Amino acid sequence: MPDKSLAGEFIKGLWDENPIFRQLLGMCPTLAVTNALLNGLAMGLAVTFVLISSAVLVSLVRKLIPNQVRIASFILIIATFVTISDRFMAAFFPALSKSLGPYVPLIVVNCIILGRAEAFGSKNPIGRSLVDAMGMSLGFLFSLLLLSGVRELLGSGSLFGHRVLGAWFEPWVVMLLPPGAFLSLGILIAAALFVEAKLKKRRVL
Amino acid sequence: MNLLLLLVSAILINNFVLHYFLGICPFLGVSKKINASFSMGIAVTFVLTLTAVVSWAINHWLLIPFHLEYLQIVSFILVIASLVQLVEMFVRKTSPPLYQALGIYLPLITVNCSIMGLALLASLKEYGFLETVVFGIGAGSGFTLAIVLLAAVREQLELADIPKPFRGAPIALIVAGIIALAFLGFSGMIKP
Repeated sequence: MPDKSLAGEFIKGLWDENPIFRQLLGMCPTLAVTNALLNGLAMGLAVTFVLISSAVLVSLVRKLIPNQVRIASFILIIATFVTISDRFMAAFFPALSKSLGPYVPLIVVNCIILGRAEAFGSKNPIGRSLVDAMGMSLGFLFSLLLLSGVRELLGSGSLFGHRVLGAWFEPWVVMLLPPGAFLSLGILIAAALFVEAKLKKRRVL
Repeated sequence: MNLLLLLVSAILINNFVLHYFLGICPFLGVSKKINASFSMGIAVTFVLTLTAVVSWAINHWLLIPFHLEYLQIVSFILVIASLVQLVEMFVRKTSPPLYQALGIYLPLITVNCSIMGLALLASLKEYGFLETVVFGIGAGSGFTLAIVLLAAVREQLELADIPKPFRGAPIALIVAGIIALAFLGFSGMIKP
């Protein structure tokens, strides 16, 4: 896709190649931490930081790394940035770091990051990789917020810990438990596919 | 008795896939056929148990004595990547039929979050050596159980008339949700 415009690289991460709804990448943190909007936001921002900084670094050193050891080097680069964000969170937001548990260190095996480094960062100049990483992480953040918003709203009747639904609302506790994560993500992906099919039909007409 | 409790709870209650959401990628990716998913489960169990042993050793003999805990992430991922490579080479040399059976699933395991998750969880919960090993075996068996169950349902779904937007991943996620709902029933088993 060398002829693609920079704006195109940015936009594709939001919808056409949205990491969660389209590529089904990085599902573990997506499902695990989205029981509250705040957790989703924190996870999204941590992934954004790691994705953008590792994409820039990978594309900077892409000509220095021999082809055979590139995956190992990418993993090392990613692990370094994950350690930074994990330590940062533990130092400044201890409560948040505790509620995310092992899922912050687990960003290191998040397929989105290695996938982008391998498929994009290693083949493109810095500017383009930066824009691609920004689009991807924004798409990821957006999907996390959507999923955690739905789950928190239905599961505890609140958003960011503030009660939005009145006392009449009986919280669906199951939405906060693991089954709720699977069910709501399944329904959201189906909804995304449905919207896409409708859009395509309109484009053809 | 405690170890037995740990084993059962790792398989049924704190199931790696359905409770911790670890290893979702292969769980959704390799769960279309029962046979393939069973092989994947065995391969994962094998590597999980090995990783549990090695990561425990590294954590307790290297990282903690030298106060290098902040290097946990980097060292665990390196250990896992090289371990998977090693296992692959070893199996190919010593047991070609097993290699045929596990085949493409072995390299895929490097990026399986359940392996990394096990190493991190075991160190977070400060398990002893024996506990770590049992935790690894239990986690692997739990993963195998979950993926085979999902594959069994998905084989039947091949013939079902599913609304178009739900085909593929969405219906698999919903099935997984229902299985997870059923597994919630086990949580009453151990709690006092």
